[in-house]
Amino acid sequence: MKKVEAIIRHHKLEDVKDALNEMGVHGMTVSEVQGYGRQKGHTENYRGAEYSVDFVPKHKIEIICSDGNLQLVIDTILKSAQTGQIGDGKLFIYDVKQAIRIRTGEMGEDAV
Amino acid sequence: MRTHVRSALSLCALLLILTTATLALAQDGSKVPDDLPVGSPDVAEMIEQDAAAGEGIDTGDNAWMLMSSALVLLMTAPGLAMFYSGLVRRKNVLSVMMQCMFLMGLMTVVWALWGYSLSFGGSDPYIGNADYLFMNNVQSYYDAQAGEIITPLEGTIPRYTHMLFQGMFFIITPALICGAFAERMKFSSMALFSVLWGTVVYCPLCHWVWDGGILFYGGESAIAGGALDFAGGTVVHISSGISALMCALLIGNRLGYGNDDMRPHNLTYTTLGAGLLWFGWFGFNAGSALSANGLAANAFAVTHFSAAAGAVAWAAMEWISHGKPSVLGCASGAVAGLVCITPAAGFVLPMPALAMGAIAGAVCYWAVIRLKHKLRYDDSLDAFGVHGIGGTLGAILTGVFATRHVFGEAAGKPIGLYEGGGISLLIGQIAAVGITILYSVVITFILLKLIDFTIGLRVSQESEIRGLDLAEHGEEGYIFN
Repeated sequence: MKKVEAIIRHHKLEDVKDALNEMGVHGMTVSEVQGYGRQKGHTENYRGAEYSVDFVPKHKIEIICSDGNLQLVIDTILKSAQTGQIGDGKLFIYDVKQAIRIRTGEMGEDAV
Repeated sequence: MRTHVRSALSLCALLLILTTATLALAQDGSKVPDDLPVGSPDVAEMIEQDAAAGEGIDTGDNAWMLMSSALVLLMTAPGLAMFYSGLVRRKNVLSVMMQCMFLMGLMTVVWALWGYSLSFGGSDPYIGNADYLFMNNVQSYYDAQAGEIITPLEGTIPRYTHMLFQGMFFIITPALICGAFAERMKFSSMALFSVLWGTVVYCPLCHWVWDGGILFYGGESAIAGGALDFAGGTVVHISSGISALMCALLIGNRLGYGNDDMRPHNLTYTTLGAGLLWFGWFGFNAGSALSANGLAANAFAVTHFSAAAGAVAWAAMEWISHGKPSVLGCASGAVAGLVCITPAAGFVLPMPALAMGAIAGAVCYWAVIRLKHKLRYDDSLDAFGVHGIGGTLGAILTGVFATRHVFGEAAGKPIGLYEGGGISLLIGQIAAVGITILYSVVITFILLKLIDFTIGLRVSQESEIRGLDLAEHGEEGYIFN
């Protein structure tokens, strides 16, 4: 099992969700996050005072999938979250040792 | 223990003031009706008495003036309260709203007890008298000889209405100053300062400009011929703006000013507050005609035009210099336009009003964006940059654009410089501006030093970092559970 963690633009969330649903990948966790990469934030101007805003708001989605589905998930996210402009975000992939569904006690891929 | 003693003393002082007021009223025996209908009143007689009491009142004028009074009050809260509170950091949002709301109460009490009398009583050129103390000669009374209720009049409206309308100006003026010391002044010091400032700065200035004093246009004791100030360019905006600068200088910059993130926490409040200010300003300026006539209509039109031009000018300046017109800039420009037209509202025509608004938008933009940062004073919410500069500009431009087509001066002589009225009015306006600035600077300095030496001006560092909402009021603006 793998965990795919994607940092994406706010307005791309619906596209990513719909594309994954179409591919038969159900279930994700979404959180509001802030951060910066090469983009390095932006500056705002209030009555002549400039403020540099280092942290840019983004969405983070987390998806647990089977090893066989991993490439499909990655391709789908890349395709649906991409604008080509700076600030499109990043993907991280982790190994997941175990998953347990709390309601039934099912384990492994059955729980995903 | 010490706090309890102090609280008890404050309560006693307040009770003493209220008791004195009540006694003063009770002593005036002749005005207490001794044959009031008891049990089942003679309704027909009472209606007759009411009708008799209404003689001399122009109901149209009175209706407009009561409406205007309410509009001006709306400017302080929610108008100014929202405008200012959106500009501070979220930890201080309530402190600014509280200052506006509390001043609506505190300044009204002062106005009722002695403020109105010091401003509009008697004919001394320097200060009012005791004629209207505790609302005597303002409130209605039963005249036993005439057998009717008498309501004192001021022109075509009850003196009640005049007192209320003017009282709303007395409330908002110190509230404007709060923008300069926002996020760091002790609440108790703010309250004390406002009472003292209202009494010794606002009341005399109001009397000088509007009640036959040393700055009253064409008055016997007028200095340099006096000044035209339709709705408070000198009385409200220059006095508060200049005093605001003094406050900012004496109390010092906010902790972390220039380094920390001090962005406005909610510009939606600020924009809505600016909209409410614009709306209420129609009462502020058009109400200053004290009548529902053509002069009021002119004041209404030029007020709207100036605000519009101010909003466009400030936004355009930002668009040109920063590439984007900001919402805050548009809102600030509208207020600058409104401030600038205030002294001129009853004296200029709509086209000069557009010019005045545009000039105010551009000049106040410069004061707030360039001057403040160059001189490094922390006028937190730009009370000086908008009201001090905008008011001064308006007062001077009144001397340029005032015209006989609006202001009914005898024999229809030209008035302002622009229509060939000569330089005398302009000199009168500049003299009034100079006197107002000098007086405001000196007295505000003395008051602030006095308060600093006694109860202190500024909250502790810890309180400032924690935020005034919790430190001064024990409350939070936003609790999201």
